[in-house]
Amino acid sequence: MTGRAMLDDFFTRALVAGIGFAVVAGPLGCFIIWRRMAYFGDTIAHSALLGVAFALLLEIDVIAGVFVMSVVIAMALLVLQRLGTLSSDTILGILSHSALALGIVIISLMTWVRVDLKAYLLGDILTVSRADIAVIYAGGAVVLALLAAIWRPLLAATASFDLARTEGMHPERVRLVFMLLIAAVIAITMKVMGILLITALLIIPAATARRFCSSPEQMALWSAAVGAAAVGLGLFGSLRFDTPSGPSIVAGAMLIFIVSLVLSLAVSRVAARTFNSRG
Amino acid sequence: MEQPVTAVTADAAAEPEGARALAHARHIGVFRGGRWLVRHVDITVRRGEIVTVIGPNGSGKSTSAKALLGLIDVDEGAATIAKGVRVGYVPQSISIDWTLPLTVARLLTLTARHSKAEIAATLAQVGLPDMADAPVQTLSGGEFQRALLARAIIRKPDLLVLDEPVQGVDFTGQIALYKLIRDIRDRLNCGVLLISHDLHIVMAETDTVVCLNGHVCCSGTPKLVAEDPEYRRLFGPAASEALAVYRHDHDHTHAHDGSVVALQGGAHHDHDGAGDA
Ligand SMILES: Nc1ncnc2c1ncn2[C@@H]1O[C@H](COP(=O)(O)OP(=O)(O)OP(=O)(O)O)[C@@H](O)[C@H]1O
Ligand SMILES: [Mg+2]
Repeated sequence: MTGRAMLDDFFTRALVAGIGFAVVAGPLGCFIIWRRMAYFGDTIAHSALLGVAFALLLEIDVIAGVFVMSVVIAMALLVLQRLGTLSSDTILGILSHSALALGIVIISLMTWVRVDLKAYLLGDILTVSRADIAVIYAGGAVVLALLAAIWRPLLAATASFDLARTEGMHPERVRLVFMLLIAAVIAITMKVMGILLITALLIIPAATARRFCSSPEQMALWSAAVGAAAVGLGLFGSLRFDTPSGPSIVAGAMLIFIVSLVLSLAVSRVAARTFNSRG
Repeated sequence: MEQPVTAVTADAAAEPEGARALAHARHIGVFRGGRWLVRHVDITVRRGEIVTVIGPNGSGKSTSAKALLGLIDVDEGAATIAKGVRVGYVPQSISIDWTLPLTVARLLTLTARHSKAEIAATLAQVGLPDMADAPVQTLSGGEFQRALLARAIIRKPDLLVLDEPVQGVDFTGQIALYKLIRDIRDRLNCGVLLISHDLHIVMAETDTVVCLNGHVCCSGTPKLVAEDPEYRRLFGPAASEALAVYRHDHDHTHAHDGSVVALQGGAHHDHDGAGDA
């Protein structure tokens, strides 16, 4: 089968798209958990639905609409944090659920367009087209290139904002770029995973990789690999058991996480016993 | 430089002094949550000088240091760091998430590259030999503090800002680290802004003491500050004791006279003055 013919197959297209997403999500997801921004990722994902609503309303490109809306929500978060009367957690809770609810309300009011709400919420990786794949890979490459460019200052700012600042690393600038990258990734890959579950593939593979890594870069690579494995596992499961693809991929990621957890516990048990018998 | 005689002149006249300084906080105030955390604070750090800030908990020491470094905005006055000054900073506390895999060596090279040999040498200086590959999350409190100090000094800074750098460090370690700070000052000829609770050390090793309690209570040489009634009121008996040590350290001709007793009596006393004890 030639590459072109292979991409004719919906399953292969899904696999290629999913792996593309996982490879970008891995390194980005590491920063999300290092910076304790899991809830932020969720909020941006939820605001994507509002972005879809506005894109349909204004008849503009959906990806552009989602990206712009994510940026607006991220800026709203920064402003509300500045005002400093509510905790970040609470602000995120307000923004996240408001955006999601508002998105659903607006979409259901737009009776003149037929919108598959479920596809947006849960994703529909099995319907990705070649054009979708091109967008995921081109956009993903740009996101990874930008992440590599800000890697050092972002890592320094993640360890300590104040230290990064006194050492001339411009942490607020790189934080802004990082937020834009998250918004971009969600806009590009929303179709693969759906907005409800998209952050799972940012967080679970990174959390899985943590146990086996001793440097940030190593963890970024392993997260990408674990994510790709989860996509493969989930898609095969989805095909085999005829389950929805997005949730199946997340289930795959969870399975890998649990297995790695049990394995690493067993390994440390054995190590302790070995030391015991020597001592 | 000629200045017109206006209200600005007072500030402008202070400029040359401020300009020579590595860091200069002029009458800074920080207003948060409906109150002034600190106000009317002046701090100047010059090359080769150790300036120590003392004060009770919550008196605004960390706030002042952060304002000086530009980490928080001031609502009054101005804080400046001279152009091109390389800063080494040890914050009072930082928390690195457990999920971030970072070795000590990597912690030292977060913002700039350093050779393996340089890292090893610096870690040895702060008493952490062979710890380069240890994950930072496994360090004890005192060890982590030492690693942060190593981070600050490996940069060969022009200005060291140390916010309680020896907290959690064992007693002998504290003495060694203070000595190290002084050595580094001598070697790099850098300025040091030190926040410390250890009055003994402050009195013995410092060029200028700034005693803070929301505002500057008093500042000047250790001797001047130690004799200030406000300082004594703030630190109570500990203050007198520290002054006694200071005198002991500095008085080479007659160390064991009645100076301690005189001090506890609250009398002002010149430690260099002979025969007035
Ligand atoms: N962002 C803020 N908003 C409101 N109050 C603050 C803020 N930051 C600090 N404070 C308050 O300002 C005061 C001074 O804090 P600071 O950390 O400067 O004290 P400190 O002298 O360093 O104390 P310590 O010896 O305990 O380290 C404290 O009462 C603190 O609660
Ligand atoms: Mg403090």
